[in-house]
Amino acid sequence: MPKFVFLWTDLVLWLVVATVIAYVVHVRRNADLRKTWQHVLHDAPAMSAAVVLIAFISIAMLDSIHFRPRLPAAPGAATDASVAYATRTVSPLDLLLRHAVEAREKTYSVPLAYWSFQRETAVIDGKEVRELPRLAHGGSHLQDPAREWKPDLLKRSLAGITGGLASALLLTFAIAALRGRTAGGWSQSLVDMLRGQTEIPWRAIVLTTAVLSMFIGWLAAIWPVYHPFGTDRTGNDVLFQALKSVRTAVVIGSLSTIATLPLAIALGVLAGYFKGWVDDVIQYFYTVLSAIPPILLVAAFVLLINVYIDRNAENFATGVERAEFRLFLLCVILGITGWATLCRLLRAETLKISELEYVQAAHAFGVSHWRIMRRHILPNVMHLVLIVAVLDFSALVLYEAVLSYVGVGVDPNSSSFGSMINLARSEMSRDPVVWWNLATAFTFMLALVLAANLFADAVREAFDPRARAFRPRRFRLKEAT
Amino acid sequence: MLNYILRRIGYSLLILVGVNLLTFTLFFAVNSPDNIARLNIGAKRVSQDAIEKWKAERGYDKPLWFNTKAEGFDKVRQTIFYDRSLRLFTLNFGTSDSGRDIAHEIANRIPASLALAGPMLLLTVFSGIAFALLLVFFRASYLDFWGTVVCVVMMSISSLFYIIMAQWFFGKTLKLVPLSGFVPGLDLVKFLALPLVVGIVFQLGSEARLFRAMLLEEVGKDYVRTARSKGLSEPAVLFGHVLRNAWLPILTHVGALLPYAFLGSIVFESFFGIPGLGTYVVEAIAGQDFAIVHTMVFLGSLLYILAYLATDIAYTFVDPRVRLA
Repeated sequence: MPKFVFLWTDLVLWLVVATVIAYVVHVRRNADLRKTWQHVLHDAPAMSAAVVLIAFISIAMLDSIHFRPRLPAAPGAATDASVAYATRTVSPLDLLLRHAVEAREKTYSVPLAYWSFQRETAVIDGKEVRELPRLAHGGSHLQDPAREWKPDLLKRSLAGITGGLASALLLTFAIAALRGRTAGGWSQSLVDMLRGQTEIPWRAIVLTTAVLSMFIGWLAAIWPVYHPFGTDRTGNDVLFQALKSVRTAVVIGSLSTIATLPLAIALGVLAGYFKGWVDDVIQYFYTVLSAIPPILLVAAFVLLINVYIDRNAENFATGVERAEFRLFLLCVILGITGWATLCRLLRAETLKISELEYVQAAHAFGVSHWRIMRRHILPNVMHLVLIVAVLDFSALVLYEAVLSYVGVGVDPNSSSFGSMINLARSEMSRDPVVWWNLATAFTFMLALVLAANLFADAVREAFDPRARAFRPRRFRLKEAT
Repeated sequence: MLNYILRRIGYSLLILVGVNLLTFTLFFAVNSPDNIARLNIGAKRVSQDAIEKWKAERGYDKPLWFNTKAEGFDKVRQTIFYDRSLRLFTLNFGTSDSGRDIAHEIANRIPASLALAGPMLLLTVFSGIAFALLLVFFRASYLDFWGTVVCVVMMSISSLFYIIMAQWFFGKTLKLVPLSGFVPGLDLVKFLALPLVVGIVFQLGSEARLFRAMLLEEVGKDYVRTARSKGLSEPAVLFGHVLRNAWLPILTHVGALLPYAFLGSIVFESFFGIPGLGTYVVEAIAGQDFAIVHTMVFLGSLLYILAYLATDIAYTFVDPRVRLA
């Protein structure tokens, strides 16, 4: 058995996943909620975004179990010798992509290259020549790279993409067959799906999955022998860095949002319900907090945790644990500094609701304050909480990059999109330009944030009747028929 | 009205006291004056005497909150908190921990910040409203749909990407604009062009979407239908009625942006090497200069409060139905 390392961020992240699953079960049982969520389920961009989001979250979750593998027993050691564990903390994602971690080059290399970025002096036939040496790992299987490189790349890409496409097609048929049992046979079901005439936008889902699986197939064929997105200054695989950054982004986005909720919900509902001096005090608190420029407030808190971590350095067994603790505290800080907006919204909504007749009736029946707030007010403001939470996610992922740039972001040792961009800043002024670091961070970040934004839009549209957007007719289903 | 403003000023003072308490607690919860002294003197082995001297020169030798040695009111007055916080209310900022005059420094840096942030705020709001009006005018068409899609894509891109790509493309590859060297005069226009354009483009997505939502909310109301039914053209309805009524939420939004116009956009200033207040803050954070951070927080909150007051007063001009009492 490896030795499991329980990190705060991992625990909370798994707790979030469990909560989301519990919420899904709750929605399935509740007719009203089910109806509202159906708006989201029937929205094509939202469902495509959901597929991408699920892919990102799976990567993040694979990277959120940490353990120190058991080292093989030393030869000749006594059978009852104590078990030794590796000093490095790894996650399933690290193990899965072990080849990418181990395939370290000396320095930069262009995506898919077999040659190094920097010239080195080599002695050929007794003469000193400046040449681009071959990489230690990228394309090392080629005998004669100049001739074989292009055909090899083409062959592998084709095989990978075909494989991805084939599995996507298989999935399409499987879905069609499953749907067909209730929708008039599998061929009818397939035709409906391809024409986009299904309630749940299967065509969009299948297309997104196909694109994703072709990309994964391509990676599966290319990555074992090349660096698909090049290597960075210290020779690490850029794609691996990007995948590790996904977890940091997901942690920041979800944990910080979760951290705002307790204060915002409790204080917002209290202020709106009790009014009077309670309201005054709570309003005073959040006005003070929001009066301070946010970046300064976060910076002050981050300086505080830096000093705390430096003083208690002995509490952290490994560098990973320290970096993770910092990340966790950063999320808490973003939560503490960011609850004012949601609190203001909840207060206003509670003020409105607590004047309604059913709340008055509950008062007349002698229901306690606590029970009224919990049973009659909280469920009716939860849609606001949901809307703000999904909208905040993408904003926080973007904010992390800015914070890292100012120097108050995540630990410099843990990979994040912010630190990737930070490095890229100086790389863009090199000659020749090192563009792949920035391009990779850009692509992954855009995909994550865009998917989150599209999904959030659909959720808001479903839960906030005022936000129903105007759409061209063709995008509405079922209206023509 | 006067009564209202007086009441608001009283409340603002209370908030400023709260802001001061919070910053002070946060900063001194981790940094004892001894630490600050050691950091600022900078030498490796600092004698206790040197620290005491440094502290005495800057008034850090007093207790933080409460002076047990003093008599009467001096128990509260002879403290670092009293020294550092109360004189801010008279706009006397004192000297930074490294010994520079903060007020002088701020006065020197404000023009640079304003030169970038002022035009940026105006142009951002203007272009946002213009784009939103275009989308609303063609609402429920493909132009509207794809315009909104473009907005969502634009707001999904980090500001850092816009800056890095623009600097690389326009500054390095095309060599159209200088990348550094902030000098007053005519060259300033050329220098500020790039940060301005980047700033507008990067905010266009979110701003236009926000304004579009505000305008759409007005479009659905009864008075718009009435205006149309009396035969007004669509542009007349949009500009004469809808836009006029949407000013109120737009104004609220712009009011919230105002403090940042003065404090300067931290990222933009440090990327483009503009010696404004934003860079000042970043340097102060990096150097853990409490005096500067404290002053800037105070200034920021003051501007926030003033901006909100100004917004409230502006409501009465935009909408005659609003009365402040």
